[in-house]
Amino acid sequence: MGFYTEPAFFIVTAVVVCIAIVIGLLQKPLHKFGLVASIVMLGLLFSESLASLVFFLAYLVYSLALEKYVERLFRMKDSRAVAKYRVALALQIAPLAVYKVGVLFDPTFLGFIGISYITFKAVQVLIELRDGLIESMQPWRYLYFLMFFPTFTSGPILRSRAFEKDLDRTLTRTEYLEYLYRGAGWFILGALYKFVGSALTGWLMWFAPAAIGGDTPGAFACAQLAYAFMYGLNLFFDFAGYSHMAVGVGFALGIEVPRNFRAPFLSVDIKDFWNRWHITLSYWLRDFVFMRFTTAAFEHSWFKSTVTTACIAYIVNMLVMGFWHGITVDFVAYGLYHGLLLAACELIQRKWGFYKKHKKDRWFRICSWAVTMIAVFYGFALFSGQALHPIAV
Amino acid sequence: MAHENLDQEIVDMLVELTGEDELGDYRDVDLFEEEILDSLGAIEVLVTLKQRFGVSIAPTELEREEMNTVNKIVERVRERL
Repeated sequence: MGFYTEPAFFIVTAVVVCIAIVIGLLQKPLHKFGLVASIVMLGLLFSESLASLVFFLAYLVYSLALEKYVERLFRMKDSRAVAKYRVALALQIAPLAVYKVGVLFDPTFLGFIGISYITFKAVQVLIELRDGLIESMQPWRYLYFLMFFPTFTSGPILRSRAFEKDLDRTLTRTEYLEYLYRGAGWFILGALYKFVGSALTGWLMWFAPAAIGGDTPGAFACAQLAYAFMYGLNLFFDFAGYSHMAVGVGFALGIEVPRNFRAPFLSVDIKDFWNRWHITLSYWLRDFVFMRFTTAAFEHSWFKSTVTTACIAYIVNMLVMGFWHGITVDFVAYGLYHGLLLAACELIQRKWGFYKKHKKDRWFRICSWAVTMIAVFYGFALFSGQALHPIAV
Repeated sequence: MAHENLDQEIVDMLVELTGEDELGDYRDVDLFEEEILDSLGAIEVLVTLKQRFGVSIAPTELEREEMNTVNKIVERVRERL
């Protein structure tokens, strides 16, 4: 059963939400039901592939063992805790890395839907155990965090401390009604994005280039532009659509799922774009890659200047993002491209006097928006593979 | 190491990092809103706090609004000394 794509998903989710509403309105805690619902939903998700189910269950046991191991290292103040933690962290990332390499050679390589997103969550817990921000997590809470079904296949990426805060709250009827109201809004908006916006742009994505044709070089270029533009919009409506629906279902289960998109096509620079597009991914990378890299760079004086540190950190950060999407030329080029754009943005904002003088002027913001959109849509063309392999028209 | 004049030491550190000489006079100004600090500047602050005061604050420990003014930064350090 595909999440957010098949009618069966919406029917079962409607039943889950109805039961959650009864529990919520009775002012009872929702977490036990949420856990059971997630187990059932993931059972349905993996029902078509026994191998995936087995691998997923093994992954849960493996991650729980690593979490408890790291928890113990810091609780017992192990003298080599940090070194052992690093090994555990590498082991936590290893299944995803092995999977990403494996699918290069065999597309049916053993993995499971959601392995990319679950890895972010498991890694965050280990890093924050190391930071002392998490002392321990009860096994059922940890597993519920990993298995929370609305965000399981495609995010938004939850953070365990915020998730646990929600688990600790029992909502009053008024609070729960407020959650339902907000959740319904998100779900309806998401459904419109997915089933109207995405469907329409998905159709236009192929219709428009075919209508333009490719008889002359000019027409061919226009057809490519039309495809790239529609592909970008389609990606947004599709992805933001199910992200918004996930936020909506999350509210019904008493969990405040962070929003993943905030009008990305209004971005006035590329940093602004990453604060609006796939927000939970870019914030995760900011907190656990960019900030860690820059902290280490400052502490050990790896680079002479702050600007150099920032530029290299942006490139490293976005390369990690590219590799996370997949080890292919298109995805890695997409990551490198955005890393270079962010580095260029950093240089402009820190060093260019003209920018500092005019950055708040209306005309400058409009120009900056236009340049940003061209850069963003070219990035989508890299992501889709079109930039390296133009579509046939 | 005792920090008898912690407020002043932190103000001096922030002036050094941001280049804003008047910072000591505007201790409740939002440093991010005024574009005196950005996320990179915040990391430099955290690293320098660790080096000078031995105070370790993880990058995800605090929300931005918990350390967005001079006074709040002083307070966060005081809590941890």
